[in-house]
Amino acid sequence: MVLRIEAKWEIPYVHSAGEHATKFFEALKEKKILGVKCPKCQRVLVPPRAFCERCYVDTDEWVEVKDEGVIETVTINYARFTGLPDPPYAVGIIKLDGADTGMLAYLGGVDLTDWKKAHEKLKVGTRVKAVWKDRPEGRITDILYFKPVEE
Amino acid sequence: MRRAAVIGVGQTKFRTRRDDKTHPELTREAVSRALEHAGITMDDVDAFVFGTMDPFDGINCPDRWSSTAAGFGKPFMKISTGGTTGLTTGIAAYQHVASGLFDVVVAVCTQRVGENVDAQPVLNTAVDPIYERHSGVGAISVAAIQATVHMQKYGTTEEQMAWVSVKDHENALKNPYAHIKKKIGVEDVLSSPVVSSPLKLYECCPRSDGSVAVIFASEEKAEQIRDDPAWILAESSISDSYFVGDRPDLAVWDSLSIAGRRLYRLAGIDDPKKDIDVAELYSPFTIQEILELEALGFAEKGEGAKLAEEGVTFVDGDMPTNPSGGVLCTNPIGATGLVRLGEASLQVMGEASNQVDGAEVALAHAWGGTLQFHALMLVSSHKKLRR
Ligand SMILES: [Zn+2]
Repeated sequence: MVLRIEAKWEIPYVHSAGEHATKFFEALKEKKILGVKCPKCQRVLVPPRAFCERCYVDTDEWVEVKDEGVIETVTINYARFTGLPDPPYAVGIIKLDGADTGMLAYLGGVDLTDWKKAHEKLKVGTRVKAVWKDRPEGRITDILYFKPVEE
Repeated sequence: MRRAAVIGVGQTKFRTRRDDKTHPELTREAVSRALEHAGITMDDVDAFVFGTMDPFDGINCPDRWSSTAAGFGKPFMKISTGGTTGLTTGIAAYQHVASGLFDVVVAVCTQRVGENVDAQPVLNTAVDPIYERHSGVGAISVAAIQATVHMQKYGTTEEQMAWVSVKDHENALKNPYAHIKKKIGVEDVLSSPVVSSPLKLYECCPRSDGSVAVIFASEEKAEQIRDDPAWILAESSISDSYFVGDRPDLAVWDSLSIAGRRLYRLAGIDDPKKDIDVAELYSPFTIQEILELEALGFAEKGEGAKLAEEGVTFVDGDMPTNPSGGVLCTNPIGATGLVRLGEASLQVMGEASNQVDGAEVALAHAWGGTLQFHALMLVSSHKKLRR
């Protein structure tokens, strides 16, 4: 039997969101979602970034998109991993009304016990709306999850 | 660019843990085997290219430690492109030789995913802390969201995906270096626990420890050293957008199609189904082999799921994929892409443990990042594509 040495990394960081994205986080405090429009390809990019990687031009035109959209895809996680959310939880990509790109987000408001039944309720193309924190703090986690809209 | 070839391949046995050895000791095991396979010594090597994906091993820049077994006193560089690392390292070593700057170059990749108690939180640190990390997204969930779309768009079934796993597990039984060795059937896959819906446990790769080395040589050196080198016909790589949500359609792998077309043009391939005999694809999750087969022209869009089910991709089928057992049975992440090239090279040398009869042209592929990077290399027993 060889010697086994246990180790753990606990290294604090303070990340900068950058001047550009900070505008997006400020808007979240008012429950508004902002994107940027590329002056060249005209795509509205959400989450916003300071340049369009395809056209390699600055993206300074801010536009507000809806906090409602459609599910592009979804998965429900049932396994428990160190430091990750408690299962089960659903994660998907939502294309918000007014945006040309999808946004990674939690999905909720649906019983996740049986994945097949849950996928039926969270089908690709299902309309969903954001459920916000009562008092948004200007963080991405202000959007708690998206839930299907009753039609 | 001048012609170059693979002249030696060395692998360690891949296991969840390789408690018997340290990082550089694993590197040495792979390098020694590759030198032995090529029939050359350390003195014959001009430079080393090392690949690993920090920080799975729990040491940042493990290249510092491992370089002691990778050419002391020789030119050295490190490559890291997420899961693509292994094959990007192969491409870099190939370019060292093809450029004319070096004659004999070793690519070596070592990774200890098993020393890490849980790989998913490490993968989550590869996601930006501004917008996306909070979602807990890692490798399994991004593959799962591909599967959801492919199933809904093309009607791909759970059974069809399970066949990919059955095929890879059957192949791994013949590979002495493979990590997971277990005969399983479709029912075993379907009844295994759901990890990230719709993907189940037997549709997901293990975490592996181990190392692999591949030696490249110039045309002149390769011909001096061995009769049957694996000639590099072409390589290609590509980077795609960072955000997964930027991809217009997750049911297709556009960036891989583009990289594939570049590769085929360079190699003069018109019909990959006819011109390529075997493929080692980076598919740690069943759905990804299906997407890769479609993106690389081995199946029409939406038809890739039929191939394993109908036996086409089994070792005796028309288009064998992952005869080594693939990434689904062995995944030392930053080394995995180079294992694909090593296995592809052994196939065209006629020395693979699960040999495809008469294989002359073999494809190696790797992807990395959240579906972001691809690398491809094409090797052949002949210097040029023969039809
Ligand atoms: Zn643009």
